[in-house]
Amino acid sequence: MGMKVYGPAASTNVARVLVCLEEVDAEYELVHVDMPSGEHKNPEHLVRNPFGQVPAFQDGELILTESRAIAKYVLRKGGSQLLRECNLSESAVVNVWLEVEAAHFNSAMSPIIFQCFVVPMVMGGTPDMKIVEENLNKLKKALEVYEARLSKFKYLVGDFFSLADLSHFPTAYYLLGGPHASVIDAYPHVKAWIADIMARPSVKKVTELMKMPSV
Amino acid sequence: MAPVKVFGSAMSTNVVRVLVCLEEVGAEYEVVNIDFQAKEHKSPEHVARNPFGQIPAFQDGDLFLFESRAIAKYVARKHKSADADLLREGNLNEAAMVDVWTEVEAHQYNPAISPIVYECLVNPAMKGLPTNQKVVDESLDKLKKVLEVYEARLSKTKYLAGDFVSFADLNHFPYTYYFMATPHALVFDSYPHVKVWWESLMSRPSVKKLSANMPTSWP
Repeated sequence: MGMKVYGPAASTNVARVLVCLEEVDAEYELVHVDMPSGEHKNPEHLVRNPFGQVPAFQDGELILTESRAIAKYVLRKGGSQLLRECNLSESAVVNVWLEVEAAHFNSAMSPIIFQCFVVPMVMGGTPDMKIVEENLNKLKKALEVYEARLSKFKYLVGDFFSLADLSHFPTAYYLLGGPHASVIDAYPHVKAWIADIMARPSVKKVTELMKMPSV
Repeated sequence: MAPVKVFGSAMSTNVVRVLVCLEEVGAEYEVVNIDFQAKEHKSPEHVARNPFGQIPAFQDGDLFLFESRAIAKYVARKHKSADADLLREGNLNEAAMVDVWTEVEAHQYNPAISPIVYECLVNPAMKGLPTNQKVVDESLDKLKKVLEVYEARLSKTKYLAGDFVSFADLNHFPYTYYFMATPHALVFDSYPHVKVWWESLMSRPSVKKLSANMPTSWP
C-alpha cells in the first residue's frame, strides 16, 4: 500500500503535506474528507487523527498527524535536501524559520483565512472585521521581520530554498486569493519571494488540486 | 569550546524548554538574563538576536538562533549520544513519532494549558491583573479533551513517541510545571496514565535541577 493523505486539498495543512509529496515525486493517494458534513469527527477518521483534524497520513502501518511532522517524514523518506539535515547549522536555521512560520505567519493568517473564506463561503456568515484587523496588524509586524531577512538572503534560511520557505505556500496562496493581497505590496522582497514559491512546479500542481471542488 | 549562551530568564517557560535539553545532553551553557520589566527584550541589542523581540535567543560561536523548539532541537542533534538520543533520527518512523508529538504539544496541548498558567499565575503576580475565569474555564474544557487523547496514547506506550523518552515528552515540562502550581492541578488525577507519565518526567535529574529554580508559589 502506498502513502495516503486524508483531508481536503483546499485545507492549508493538507496542502502543506501534498506539496512535499510532489517535491519528492512520491506516489500517493489523496482521500477526501468532507468537513462541512463533519466527516473529520467520525470514528473512522478519529482513529487516524484523534484530535478530529486534517490531515491524517498513512504509510503502511505508520499513521501520522500534524502537517509539519508529516512533511518532514515525507521529505526524509524521499531523500530531499529541503531540510538540510546533513548540516547542523543549516538544519537549525531551517527549524528556526519553520517555527516562525507556525508562530508568527500562520498564527496571524489562520484567523484571517477563517473569517474571509470559511465564514462566508462554508458557514454563510459575515466576517468579523475586528478579528481580521487585529490579525492583519500582527501579520504586518511579522512581514517587517521577513522583509528585513529577505533583503539579505534570497530565501529565509540563506541562498537555498528549504522547507521553511515551502511551508508558507498554503497560507500565502489564500493571502494572494483573498481581499487583503495588497498587504504585501509594502514589502517588495516578501512579494518577490512569495512569487518565487508560487512558481515552483510542485506548488502549481497542488494549487490546481486546491481549486477543485470536493478534492 | 566555549559554553553556549541562552538569553532570557531562567524561570521563563520557553527558556526552560531549551535548558532542559541542555541538561539532558550534558552540555555546558550560560544563561544571560534579559530583564523583561526593563523591556530589555525590545532593546536593539536583543532584537539583533531575536527579531521578534522575544526570549529565548541563543548563541553557539557564530551561530545565532531563536524560537525555543528550534534551539532545543539543535542542542539535541549536536550532542546526540548513546545516552541522549532525544530525536531518534537514526530511525525514520521513530523520528516521525517524535515530530508528531512535538507538534501536538505546540498546537494542541500548549494552547489549552498556557492560558491557564497566564490567567492564574502570570497575570496576577506579574501584571497585577485579575484572573479571567471565563478564559480559564474554556481552557480547562479544551485541556480535558486533549488529556483524553494523551491518556489513550499513554495507555499504549510508556512515553509519547514510543517506549523511549524523547524531545516530545520534555517539551511538556515547563508549562505543565507551572500548571501544577495553579488551583487546577488535580485535573490530571482523572487521567492516571498521564499522571504516571508526568511524575516520571518530574523525577528526571534534568527536570529536578531546573525545577529548583522555578517558583511554585507566587507573591
